[in-house]
Amino acid sequence: MSRISKAFENKKAFIAFVTGGDPDLETTEALIPRMAAAGADLIEIGIPFSDPIAEGVVIQAADERALSAGTTTDKLFDMVKRVRGKVGIPLVFMTYANPVYTYGTEMFMKRCVECGIDGIIIPDVPFEEREEVSGACEAAGIELISMIAPTSHERIGRIAKHAKGFLYCVSSLGVTGVRNKITTDIRDMVDHVRAVSDVPCAVGFGISTPEQARAMAAVSDGAIVGSAIVRIIARYGKDCIGPVCDYIREMKAAVVAA
Amino acid sequence: MIEMAEKKGRYGLYGGQYIPETLIPAVQELEQAYERYRNDPAFQAELKELLEKYAGRPSLLYYAEKMTKDLGGAKIYLKREDLNHTGSHKINNVLGQVLLAKKMGKTRVIAETGAGQHGVATATAAALMGMECEIFMGKEDMDRQVLNCYRMELLGAKVHPVTSGTMTLKDAVNETMREWASRMDDTLYVLGSVMGPHPFPMIVRDFQKVIGEEIREQLLEAEGKLPDAVVACVGGGSNAMGSFYEFIPDTNVRLIGCEAAGLGVDNPKNAATIANGSVGIFHGMKSLFCQDEYGQIAPVYSISAGLDYPGIGPEHADLHETGRAQYVPVTDEEAVEAFEYLSRTEGIIPAIESAHAVAYAKKIAPEFGKDQVIVVTISGRGDKDVAAIARYRGVEIFD
Repeated sequence: MSRISKAFENKKAFIAFVTGGDPDLETTEALIPRMAAAGADLIEIGIPFSDPIAEGVVIQAADERALSAGTTTDKLFDMVKRVRGKVGIPLVFMTYANPVYTYGTEMFMKRCVECGIDGIIIPDVPFEEREEVSGACEAAGIELISMIAPTSHERIGRIAKHAKGFLYCVSSLGVTGVRNKITTDIRDMVDHVRAVSDVPCAVGFGISTPEQARAMAAVSDGAIVGSAIVRIIARYGKDCIGPVCDYIREMKAAVVAA
Repeated sequence: MIEMAEKKGRYGLYGGQYIPETLIPAVQELEQAYERYRNDPAFQAELKELLEKYAGRPSLLYYAEKMTKDLGGAKIYLKREDLNHTGSHKINNVLGQVLLAKKMGKTRVIAETGAGQHGVATATAAALMGMECEIFMGKEDMDRQVLNCYRMELLGAKVHPVTSGTMTLKDAVNETMREWASRMDDTLYVLGSVMGPHPFPMIVRDFQKVIGEEIREQLLEAEGKLPDAVVACVGGGSNAMGSFYEFIPDTNVRLIGCEAAGLGVDNPKNAATIANGSVGIFHGMKSLFCQDEYGQIAPVYSISAGLDYPGIGPEHADLHETGRAQYVPVTDEEAVEAFEYLSRTEGIIPAIESAHAVAYAKKIAPEFGKDQVIVVTISGRGDKDVAAIARYRGVEIFD
């Protein structure tokens, strides 16, 4: 069983996102083991991109901070390699097609294996284009995480059938970012998935409060939180570790209670 | 093993549909609607009527006699897209796309714009067809193109300043895609160039190919032959693709795209994607992009806001790779000189974008025989650029 599957074994998972190198790589390196200790069951590490079209303003700004601090894909690989020795939970990259393609997709996946990355999420590689990366992922043993959205409808079955690791259920239209209300019928989405696959379903986009996390985890296998964490990092900068961990403990408790 | 994973909208290695899952059903809906209407005689008749009665097509193919004599080589013909309603070739595409949006039951269109030409054209078509219209424009570009912003508002559109990234055209595209992902039920993204995810490069090309079809017909009538070369400027590449497409099978017709080299291809301040770019995946397509070694999209520069884009349409990337078309860099200085030259020589003030094509035609015309013909597409008129050219020449005027 893969490390990602284990994160969902007999429990609801709390998945935390952080932009690699925001505000700098040292902070991210210190933060990841503390996030794991505070209860994150899986951590998504964003590789910053100049033009992240699936992100709202909070993560866009984090990408800009990380890039202007000199973060590169190579420096992130090195940082993850150091961190991997300190954490046992699954770590996945979240980035865009271009940083992967430009690095050389096979070389990129090889480096992922070397530094102990378990999976990758690439929002601008949809099901129709998955062959762009799926071969290299399979060869390297990196799980390519698929996404389904409120617009997916009859596409859900097809996507779920081929899903690896977990299925990222996008809760709302639009881009990442904190939302007051999530109106999509997540239970219905998950039922669609269940009809064809037992891949774990985690819900992301818009979740920031413990109530939302509990509600989303109650109808799925876990909750993903990104912008709300990045907002804390934006506010506290290098001193973000304490406040981020306090937040993660609170959110984890809500997911466990779901 | 993977059903339905056929490669869609590919031009050789290039093209594709690299967009988030949320948007896939929206582009598929557009694809299906386009497949239905592209061969629908009623739709085509309605579009033809709009192009003729509203936009003023066919546009003139003008024999530039003074320029021809001055250069002493090929006969120069100018394809006058600047004479279209709204002053550029952009209207060809937006009339098609907004009409398509209407047939799809959409009530709102959104679009990106750089210099404002595509924004103005979209706002115009939306006003004509009674659609709500919102335009996304980099804050930097809004400051440079105050008049076009007001023009869009006059036409009833709402203009949103984009403050992310470099605050220019690529960021405006990002923001329009984000907006579309949040609202697609009643909204169509009217993309301005032969770029983005399939089916946009195909749709925009099809709505622009009228340029080349008219060139063929008009030149056959005037000269009884096909052109020896067709020259057009390339940013994303819509007027060039519209000019070239008809002639792709006619391999004796040289197709030449002129990219914006800004301060020079060796200077970081340029936008010459073919000269300096490498293969990447961005804005929904695999194509050539100006980028760094880690795939971060590079900030680009040109005096022309319409060519100031770090990528190029996928079909152009393929025409370059197969060698069917040739792409050449033209600097700011060469373009400004050509802008002034055409104004003085023929009494035609071209858009600074189109002046890039004029500059290269000027350069190569003397190498051609007197019985040969070069057609230069004047993609737009230059009124919008007068203040910027004055500033470039050190004259302080305010627009």
